[in-house]
Amino acid sequence: MKRTQKQTQESRSTITRRGLLLGGAQAAIVAVLALRMRKMQLEQADEYRLLADGNSVKIRLIPPARGLIYDRNGALVAGNEQNYRVTITREDAGDVPTVLGDLRRLLPISETDAAELLAEVKRRPPHAPVTVADRLSWEEFSRVAVNAPALPGVSPEVGLSRLYPLGPDFAHVVGYVGPVSDYDLSQIENPDPLLSIPKFQLGKTGVEAKMEEDLRGHAGQRRVEVNSAGREMRELGRVEGDPGANLQLTIDYRLQNYAHKRLGEESAAAVVIDVTNGDIMAIASNPSFDPNLFVRGISGPDYRALMENDHRPLADKSVQGLYPPGSTYKMVTALAALEAGVIGAEDTVRCPGYIEMGGRRFHCWKRSGHGHVNVVQSLEQSCDVFYYEVAQKVGIDKISAMARKLGVGVRHELPMSAVAEGLAPTKAWKQERYGKDWLIGDTINSSIGQGYVLASPLQLAVMTARIATARAVVPRLIRSRDGVEVPVPEAEPLGLEEAWLEPIRRGMIAVMNGQRGTARAARIAAAEWKMAGKTGTSQVRSAVVDNKAVPWEQRDHALFVCYAPVDNPKYAVSLIVEHGGGGSSAAAPLARDILLFALAGGVPPLAAYPEGARAKARALHEEMDLVDPETVPTSGSSRA
Amino acid sequence: MSYLESNLKTVPAGLRKVLYLNWPLVFLLAAVACTGFLMLYSVAGGDPTTWAEPQMKRFGVGMAAMLIVGFTPIWFWRNISALAYLIALLLLVAVEFFGAIGMGAQRWLELGPLRLQPSELMKVALVMFLAAFYDWLPPERVSRPLWVLVPAVIILVPTFLVLTQPDLGTAVMLVLGGAIVMFAAGVSLWYFGTVAALVVALIFTVMESRGTDWQLLHDYQFKRIDTFLDPAADPLGAGYNIMQAQIALGSGGWSGRGFMQGTQSHLNFLPEKHTDFIFTTLAEEFGFVGAFSLLVLYTGIIAFCLYSALVNKDRYSSLLTIGIAGTFFLFFAINMAMVMGLMPVVGVPLPLVSYGGTAMMILLAAFGLVQSAHVHRPR
Repeated sequence: MKRTQKQTQESRSTITRRGLLLGGAQAAIVAVLALRMRKMQLEQADEYRLLADGNSVKIRLIPPARGLIYDRNGALVAGNEQNYRVTITREDAGDVPTVLGDLRRLLPISETDAAELLAEVKRRPPHAPVTVADRLSWEEFSRVAVNAPALPGVSPEVGLSRLYPLGPDFAHVVGYVGPVSDYDLSQIENPDPLLSIPKFQLGKTGVEAKMEEDLRGHAGQRRVEVNSAGREMRELGRVEGDPGANLQLTIDYRLQNYAHKRLGEESAAAVVIDVTNGDIMAIASNPSFDPNLFVRGISGPDYRALMENDHRPLADKSVQGLYPPGSTYKMVTALAALEAGVIGAEDTVRCPGYIEMGGRRFHCWKRSGHGHVNVVQSLEQSCDVFYYEVAQKVGIDKISAMARKLGVGVRHELPMSAVAEGLAPTKAWKQERYGKDWLIGDTINSSIGQGYVLASPLQLAVMTARIATARAVVPRLIRSRDGVEVPVPEAEPLGLEEAWLEPIRRGMIAVMNGQRGTARAARIAAAEWKMAGKTGTSQVRSAVVDNKAVPWEQRDHALFVCYAPVDNPKYAVSLIVEHGGGGSSAAAPLARDILLFALAGGVPPLAAYPEGARAKARALHEEMDLVDPETVPTSGSSRA
Repeated sequence: MSYLESNLKTVPAGLRKVLYLNWPLVFLLAAVACTGFLMLYSVAGGDPTTWAEPQMKRFGVGMAAMLIVGFTPIWFWRNISALAYLIALLLLVAVEFFGAIGMGAQRWLELGPLRLQPSELMKVALVMFLAAFYDWLPPERVSRPLWVLVPAVIILVPTFLVLTQPDLGTAVMLVLGGAIVMFAAGVSLWYFGTVAALVVALIFTVMESRGTDWQLLHDYQFKRIDTFLDPAADPLGAGYNIMQAQIALGSGGWSGRGFMQGTQSHLNFLPEKHTDFIFTTLAEEFGFVGAFSLLVLYTGIIAFCLYSALVNKDRYSSLLTIGIAGTFFLFFAINMAMVMGLMPVVGVPLPLVSYGGTAMMILLAAFGLVQSAHVHRPR
């Protein structure tokens, strides 16, 4: 570039000026760096030297108190208790076997436990403390504490351990915590340093696992000066951590307790939903187990007993269990037919007791047939043929779309383990899954909730709540977090016309209260709590044989869904008794009692029962060993 | 024909070029590199083959590259400046598509045995291109808005590409390196003031964005900021590096624990002890004396470059030298500030000392440009 002498001169002087400015700025930054070096290496050198030397100053984490879990009324569901334990640290102990030998004279540690301990101490990094024994009595603990100077690397500690005061009632919902395993650590991308604390308790299942981040809290830290044996000489500084958030569930512990007790010995599940806001009031799976066993480390025989029990106590049948919904699915088929306009509310279908399709006979449960029935009557008497006929006109895809609209075949996001999705089958699904065309027989089976259809008790409860309210009720389990209410958005309208829902509800009312209602015996007599429901019996095997004649695991599942009061619905209940037989006899009375308990807010008055059922109800309630509210700790008591 | 070419007869030729080299600069660079070899030998626990020997080989190659670049006439480099920028830009784009992924970022291109980080190349190419741009632009126009916008775009395009990798440290270095050239070229101070104010506002916005759905940085980057502001908050997690680095540094005291005697680094308390955190080993083993000496060596390199730039009558040469020296300054200043807890950890190595593949060779080649400007300066 051609430049004049003047331009060049100007350019040079600019660069010189700016270059010197830059040099000055750089010199200033270098001076800052040098001053920082001086400060750290000359003025604070002793402090840093102390930190570095033999690491005589150590940073110890203070585990935060795990957040508490309450029921909707403030009763403590998961709390923390003091736990005295003794740990050993390899780098401070030096000769671990000798120290352990000395320790065994103070504490009852078996030969095998001692061998296991030695192996674990070797496996862990030298600075990581390993728990030698926990849940010590005060005497044992103080024995170790007094002798501590003679036991290098051994440190008596007081920690918190999880306690579930209500035991089995919340085992499936809340789950349990357990010590962090190597598998747990491998699943977490960036593990919290807290997890490296020996026997740190991590949520393993249920709310404890799903809400782990909220419940865990943040570690505090202590700076301690230790002597050459690793014993703490004094504390230099302390920063408290944050305890985990306290959670309040939507569950009412008394209702939950009653539901478990009412299910008795059966392999069963029950779900109670508040239809006005989706609050899950109770979600029971029977039989249950004591989660405290898992916190303390369950023994081999105990664990085997749980695993080998054919009633599967460890499985949460309420959300994980999937069952053919049987006749409780008829509301779905009927609503799909009404929406599609293939039948009107008063149109009738003649039921001769069976239909023929492709050379196969599909029977109604009543071999002699129901004659002419409309929607209401078909529900009341649970006529199968009615659904066989209308389902063919509607088509499976519309029926399954209705099922999903009502909450069956979709996953509901609850903080519980393995919440199942269920299945509302479609033609495309069968083609993809089995590579086969959908057959008309499949539609017929699906129309009465058999065949491929699968639903969990939770989904059936949601379905019932949605039918009762015509709104997309969303189930929820967490009511508040650290005292801050979780807002409930108002449920969206489902977009179903009242003209379609009305006959369905009328049918469900007739099931309970009609002359021919299949669950008439299990109705509520009190007018203000009048209920609507639907029975279901889903076949486990294909041949039709009398239930009493086959072994337990081949008997039919008994199902029941219901809601009340019919005028202004408040609660919806779904209940399944695995291999219980008929829905009307095995499931309906149980569901009615649980619904009544929810409506009455306690053990229901006998006046609410039909006259014939009162004596039985009284005997039942007298026998029942319900939890005594006086013994349940509440949010008022301390965080012990 | 530029001023420079008109004075061709004054330019040394052949072996005479060796005499005209900026020898103090060569010695200072070698001294810094030797410090690096010593430290790499030490952190490897006395094993030269781990890091020290490969580093020496690379230094040899880098020095040769510096001489070759240095003996090539500066006008050649000026003429290919725009090309160098374009190539670096293309490589940066290529890394987006074919780059290897490491440490959560996409930075490398595998070219046979070479592992090339185009962002390293871009640091030099950007300075070259900007220097050439201002050499071409008549000086009275440098502060006109349109002519400020052009270099701003030149800087921001590669910066944006580097940010998507994501590599915050390099992005910061590109912007600051470019800004240094613009500053030296005489762009009005008003622009710098305005940008500085905007940056402050931006930082505020970014911090506000945390936890919202328009969050502007990765969670790990926010975490680094947290750690910087309070390393003690997470002593066994993200704050670990910083805490241990500072303990190592501080415990060095006046004269250090002696060569190979550093406990922090040898006991593996320090992560990345051979790369970004190598300064802490030096500070621990040689104390304040060692750390301050290294700072003096670095300052010497900057001083000789700056002097060379100020006496050079060629505009391109001056701006190039100032830009490369400025980039070099940013390297060590950011690294030292970072390990001493004055800055968040952004992942910038200590130049010529940290163990680093191509970074060192590219840096030495860049000093070759400084040498070329020095050797071929108009007299």
